[in-house]
Amino acid sequence: MIVSSVKLKIDGVEVSVPEGTTILKAAKDNGIIIPTLCNMDGLIPYGGCRMCLVEISGSPKLFPACTTPVGPEMQVTTVSDRLKEHRKMVVQMLLAERTHICAVCVANDHCELQALANHLGVDHVMFERNWSNDQIDLTHDFLVIDRNRCILCTRCIRICDQIEGVHTLDLKLRGKDAQVIMDLDEHWANSCSCTSCRKCAKACPVGAIYIESEPIEHTKRKDIAEFILDRRNRK
Amino acid sequence: MLYKNEAYFKKQHRLVLRNAGKIDPLRIQDYISAGGYSAIAKCLATMTPQGVIYEVTTSGLRGRGGAGFPTGQKWGLVSRSHNTPKYIVANLDEGDPGVFANRTLAEADPHAIIEGMLIAAYAIGAEKGYIYIRSEYPLAIQTLVKAIAQAKSMSLLGDNILETQFKFDLELRFGAGAFVAGEETAILASVEGRRAMPRPRPPYPANSGLWQKPTLIQNVETLANTPLIIQNGGLWFSKMGTPRCSGTKCFSLTGKVNNPGLIEVPMGTTLREVVFEIGGGVPDGKKFKAVLVGGPSGGCLPETLLESPIDYESLTKVGAIMGSGGIVVLDEESCMVDTARFFTEFCVDESCGKCTPCRAGLARVQEIYDKITTGEGKMEDITTLEKSSTFIRDASLCGLGQTAPNPVITTLRYFKDEYLKHIVEKKCEGGKCFKKVKEAEE
Amino acid sequence: MTAPAKVRVATVWLSGCSGCHMSFLDQDERLVDLAQKIQLVYSPIADVKEFPEDVNVTLIEGAIANEEQLHMLQKVRARTKVLISLGDCAVTGNVTALRNSWRHSDQAVLERAYKEKSDLNAAIPTDVPKLLIKAHPLHEAVKVDFYIPGCPPPADLINYVLTELLAGRAPNMEGRSKYG
Repeated sequence: MIVSSVKLKIDGVEVSVPEGTTILKAAKDNGIIIPTLCNMDGLIPYGGCRMCLVEISGSPKLFPACTTPVGPEMQVTTVSDRLKEHRKMVVQMLLAERTHICAVCVANDHCELQALANHLGVDHVMFERNWSNDQIDLTHDFLVIDRNRCILCTRCIRICDQIEGVHTLDLKLRGKDAQVIMDLDEHWANSCSCTSCRKCAKACPVGAIYIESEPIEHTKRKDIAEFILDRRNRK
Repeated sequence: MLYKNEAYFKKQHRLVLRNAGKIDPLRIQDYISAGGYSAIAKCLATMTPQGVIYEVTTSGLRGRGGAGFPTGQKWGLVSRSHNTPKYIVANLDEGDPGVFANRTLAEADPHAIIEGMLIAAYAIGAEKGYIYIRSEYPLAIQTLVKAIAQAKSMSLLGDNILETQFKFDLELRFGAGAFVAGEETAILASVEGRRAMPRPRPPYPANSGLWQKPTLIQNVETLANTPLIIQNGGLWFSKMGTPRCSGTKCFSLTGKVNNPGLIEVPMGTTLREVVFEIGGGVPDGKKFKAVLVGGPSGGCLPETLLESPIDYESLTKVGAIMGSGGIVVLDEESCMVDTARFFTEFCVDESCGKCTPCRAGLARVQEIYDKITTGEGKMEDITTLEKSSTFIRDASLCGLGQTAPNPVITTLRYFKDEYLKHIVEKKCEGGKCFKKVKEAEE
Repeated sequence: MTAPAKVRVATVWLSGCSGCHMSFLDQDERLVDLAQKIQLVYSPIADVKEFPEDVNVTLIEGAIANEEQLHMLQKVRARTKVLISLGDCAVTGNVTALRNSWRHSDQAVLERAYKEKSDLNAAIPTDVPKLLIKAHPLHEAVKVDFYIPGCPPPADLINYVLTELLAGRAPNMEGRSKYG
């Protein structure tokens, strides 16, 4: 199948990528990193965190780079004052939403949200924090979920469904009450579908899902989905 | 008395509601006697699908669900898609509080919806359609079930419709209590049996919708216009309303008006005409304060904007939206801060939870309103509200989040003095706020 | 020629562990340079009883957890030109705010500490300042001018902020500040 290539400009730099490539991938392949949270290579993009929003010349709107395909002669801006303020807002809203205390968190120093806050200079949150008291599940032998740290990126849900294939994890309720659950809201130890493959812990960008007694830097693997797909396709 | 109010009838033009109250909705024969199903007959007998699309395009009809996308153009996109099978979904999820136009249409003239779907299906090449209706409309559901059965029994649905090769099957699908399910891509997820959460576009439903096949999603009011367009021609329709915004629109007029109810007016009618002439003004000698146009996603407009004509562009310019046609009138005893709080609370409850701005941002906005309306507001809160609301509007994934800040933005724009009174003087002119504080002091 | 007037600096600790103050002191020999330019007019590590007027810069460690601390914060705010939240407790609430997840957390912590877990004479003390329903970061009560996150903030970061402010510049936290 012949795929034509598309020429476009990202931050003034002219790039050429196959038709259908997302702006995020086109940028990455040309050395331009757009910040993301819910994106994970190898998983179908979600478009939920809104961290990767970029500007496209000719439109006042903002576009999620992870799901927007490139267009011919597009002029994309990934760095601007407006985008910086937006990214800081995303981080602030996430920090205020549930209970995020870095000093006592298992993911301290290995957390994508913390790293973004640092990188963007989010030195305080303009909102009054909502100190959530959501369910923590410690029933499993070694997998733990602390829903107070969850940013609802659904990387865990997607990797369990799309890579492991068992779809143990999903969401219950909606909006600010949404929670990641196992099967039909079972305790993790009682889940009949979970294979204990630990992919959810590897995929979690923060300290919500982790493995007890394992240093989190050994658990987290942002490339795990892409890695598995790549090996699978080599057969 | 209504009958003495000439404007109530003269200023309306009931096209979509042509049969409402005049026929027995449970008798298909009534609908046919009133000229029903003659439009689809005309399509099948004398028109090509392209010809049908041409008439709809000429009419200038725009989506009545709120976004106002040109209907003919939408049909053209789906029709040109090469993938099959194609689907059509009628949106009857009408979730705005205080809006009951789609419900009335379904209860009073269900066949207008069915015929509209037949016309659209013929035009785009779909053989299967779904009416997605919210569970909270049991009478409308019953009426549609009966209407569909009757249409089937008369070969107006199913195989060989009106003895032609055209076939079209229609099924009902039910909502489960989510306002967000009315969003285009969320409806698709729900019909597929998945959680009703929107997804980013592209891909657009016209190319990849239900089960990744080309799908036309259309509000039932839009569809109910099409039999008339086919019968009388697109040109006839285009002459009503305004040049950019043809035809009529149904509005659920409620609140502090003498004549609340379901009305239908030509596009371009001003808000003043709706509120004071058709609506008969504010009762009990009270003073008009604001008109809320567009439901929980709409704008709160002051008296100075009453000359605004009702059309998509004019409303957007002043910060409101057409939406599903909710118009609520408020008088001097209403509190604009509490109104913004009320609509924000609704959107917080209905947010699907997918994107950060809507899920995490609106809840913070609601908390700030809770503080302001109980005497704990600070001046910085206004800045925080302004910053958050523009962010939520610009960064949200779907229409719910993108329009939820409209009540916040418009009340800050047009009624800032009320916010200042609440924060600085701890006073609420409408007498709604500070009740908890008052009770504590007593 | 008279030497330029020393900048009047104060430090305060509220509901904190004093770790941020230890980090402040970890500036080590840089404190000698600082001492040329600033005058410490109030601090828990100095012997001053009453918070003075006309303070140029105050660094406050700790969250506000009780009414006395709230009053102190308001007093400090009124008498200070530039207020800086020092450390995660002051900036985010941090460990001090762990109790916030419980409804009526002020009652809950007292019940647990003084009644449930008490071996002898279980009783909630009445002669101490009243706990606030929630522990708050400082900017939820007063206007804060700058923030230095960290638990504790590294001494280098504290030094950077003070150096910038003394030079008349606003510190840039991008890539420099880290919670936790």
